[in-house]
Amino acid sequence: MVTMTSEVDKNNSTAVCKATSSSATYNSATKHEDAPNILVYKKMEAIIEKMQAENTGVAVRTVKAFMSKVPSVFTGADLISWILKNTDVEDVTEALHFSHLLASHGYIFPIDDHALTVKNDGTFYRFQTPYFWPSNCWEPENTDYAVYLCKRTMQNKTRLELADYEAENLARLQKMFSRKWEFIFMQAESQSKVAKKRDKLERKVLDSQERAFWDVHRPMPGCVNTTEIDIKKAYRRGGSSHGSGSAGAALSNNPIEQLTRIITLRKQKLERRTIKVSKVSESLVSYFEQYSEFDYFITSPELPNPWQTDNTEMWDAEKFTKEIPMRRVKRWAFSLRELLNDPIGREQFSRFLEKEYSGENLKFWESVQQMKALPQSEIKEAITNIWKEFLAPDAPCPVNVDSKSIELAREAVHSTSGPNRWCFDVAASHVYHLMKSDSYSRYLRSDMYKDYLNGSKKKIKSIPNLFGVKR
Amino acid sequence: MSETAAVHPNNANDKIAVLMKEAESLKAKLEEERAKLNDVSLSTVAERLEMITYINIKPRRVLKGHQAKVLCSDWSPDKRHIVSSSQDGKLIIWDAFTTNKEHAVTMPTTWVMACAYAPSGNLVACGGLDNKVTVYPITLDEDMSTKKRTVGTHTSYMSCCTFPNSDQQILTGSGDSTCALWDVESGQLLQSFHGHTGDVMSLDLAPSETGNTFVSGSCDKMAFVWDMRSGHVVQSFEGHQSDVNSVKFHPSGDAIATGSDDSTCRLFDMRADKEIAIYSKESIIFGVNSVDFSVSGRLLFAGYNDYTVNIWDTLKSQRVCLLYGHENKVSCVQVSPDGTALSTGSWDYTIRVWA
Repeated sequence: MVTMTSEVDKNNSTAVCKATSSSATYNSATKHEDAPNILVYKKMEAIIEKMQAENTGVAVRTVKAFMSKVPSVFTGADLISWILKNTDVEDVTEALHFSHLLASHGYIFPIDDHALTVKNDGTFYRFQTPYFWPSNCWEPENTDYAVYLCKRTMQNKTRLELADYEAENLARLQKMFSRKWEFIFMQAESQSKVAKKRDKLERKVLDSQERAFWDVHRPMPGCVNTTEIDIKKAYRRGGSSHGSGSAGAALSNNPIEQLTRIITLRKQKLERRTIKVSKVSESLVSYFEQYSEFDYFITSPELPNPWQTDNTEMWDAEKFTKEIPMRRVKRWAFSLRELLNDPIGREQFSRFLEKEYSGENLKFWESVQQMKALPQSEIKEAITNIWKEFLAPDAPCPVNVDSKSIELAREAVHSTSGPNRWCFDVAASHVYHLMKSDSYSRYLRSDMYKDYLNGSKKKIKSIPNLFGVKR
Repeated sequence: MSETAAVHPNNANDKIAVLMKEAESLKAKLEEERAKLNDVSLSTVAERLEMITYINIKPRRVLKGHQAKVLCSDWSPDKRHIVSSSQDGKLIIWDAFTTNKEHAVTMPTTWVMACAYAPSGNLVACGGLDNKVTVYPITLDEDMSTKKRTVGTHTSYMSCCTFPNSDQQILTGSGDSTCALWDVESGQLLQSFHGHTGDVMSLDLAPSETGNTFVSGSCDKMAFVWDMRSGHVVQSFEGHQSDVNSVKFHPSGDAIATGSDDSTCRLFDMRADKEIAIYSKESIIFGVNSVDFSVSGRLLFAGYNDYTVNIWDTLKSQRVCLLYGHENKVSCVQVSPDGTALSTGSWDYTIRVWA
């Protein structure tokens, strides 16, 4: 039996905040203004403040229940409709999720449930006092928790009775702190005495806020502890001690070097040649248009998606069929990179180059890529072989590259400073460019490719896996 | 602080002031220059495309077995296996299709923040709070850990790793603000990459034919594009208001997407050398941990600290879809190699596969 009064008692809740601030004694850690979790807390608090605004916020009421009053509450339904109206969430599901996050971080809480979540119904919720907000960087200790649980046992009220997991925690803490239990008990007793002097309604609110605080910091089993932070971020905020001796750390500690670096980067950017946004946008849109039929999240594949149907036909087809799917051949025309990424495409192109008497270009380029992928111990030998095979004056399979690239390669090969896996990169990119601008476009116009595309020549003995890299 | 700075604090302060002024004026000039490129926005150009109103994507698999937060996962090149690492020091190799665990390895450290499959699918690398990158050959033997080998060591935690084009090299990023390229066989440091002034969180290899460049994202709020050969920064992107937790190349290789603790994702174009799109909403207030593109580059999947995955239309800059299911922070998202599925790992101890 619950009836609502229209009285909005904001004043009451402010009074409550003050009272709490003066009595609770938990420790809070040092605050780092730019810590990622603080950033999120600030955003949540901005929303909470809007929710608490006098006329435009969520209506907070005192509810008359059977024999008693429930002070300073709002319903889940009111909260959800406020969120739908005042933020850009799209639907009730998102609003519920959003309010669940506010609750699990302890900004709002159900008045009699340890599970910090929100339901879209008449369940009552209350705002947490800013004193207990997580942005104060609470790291409450187990002794504080022990005092709190102990205090709860002193108040023989049903609403304050310990939940099973809390009773277990209390037993564990009592064991852990057996020596100073007397001290903990005394503290609990004195806090309990102070509490008893307070106004009844005020106490109800205070007790629930303190309970919600502990529900955040010592969550009920099965609930997420939202105060845990990513250890990567904790490490960094911890100070500069880690990574001592590394150049990176040295750089970050010296403002002059840091600024000099930023200046260099910005100068570098100013000198860079750039293209207008319209051009780059056009290219990204065209890329999508070209690839949309290969994007299974956008276009359904010809064969059923194995994950959706438990049918692996799609993967098996790639391994066993004797026909190269049209869509695969089509892709070869997108770019030379696509053609070379497909083992069959690569083989086709290599045969085409043989016919054109320029097969050495692809061979050289492939050898260089393969060499770069070798372990360091084999690099020296591979470099020598490539040099002898393709670049040396008496090479059996000479590639046609400019003298400057040859010179760079010669220096690298004969240098004494150890093998460098990138020494042929300039020559290789020269050759790649040559293939791309010349042979590749001729290949696409050739009958060889057209036959494939028209489907007259799709049968081959076995089809290597498209995505498995052939080495 | 350098020694001279300690002796003449005023001089140092003067110098800093001068440098700061120069940096600011360069920034202003740069903004002015880049503004000239804004003839029309990406979303305007994309107006000719149909709106994506619906994506058929549902949870298809839940991989349960980790006893702690899942911190990283990586698809095998075979399109159905996944390696994952977790806070309790476990590395698990899954057949995601059947949801079977095929191998489990216990690392001598907690918080295994990074793991990666080698291109051959026969080797995995991982590391984390131990500051090391360790490789494990995947064998039929019961215990993979007997064949493990430590390849490289950083001076702080290792946050991310990947094999660039070959089983023989590993590229790592670390809390010591550097990235490093290692020779797997010898453990030799082939190249180190200094420049970030904050922890490196993420890296991604450029999908070019040569594979010589990669991008890194860092807690200094920057994303850098590096030349692996020289070890130098060749391009830099700023704009985020907080840590850049994730970086990913657009499949064309012409742009990169970033995800940050400032709760936005952004798209930076390499050719325009600037940010060309931002993906955010007023009601999205939690940080982004991980991003990945669909095959066509149209969709960007982003895993957030608010337990959700948002799917963005990269070209129209709109949210298409919101995936609920995880019960804690989403730490990693990755599209499978053939683009048929999306994997997500979470602090709720599970990995999910969506398709």
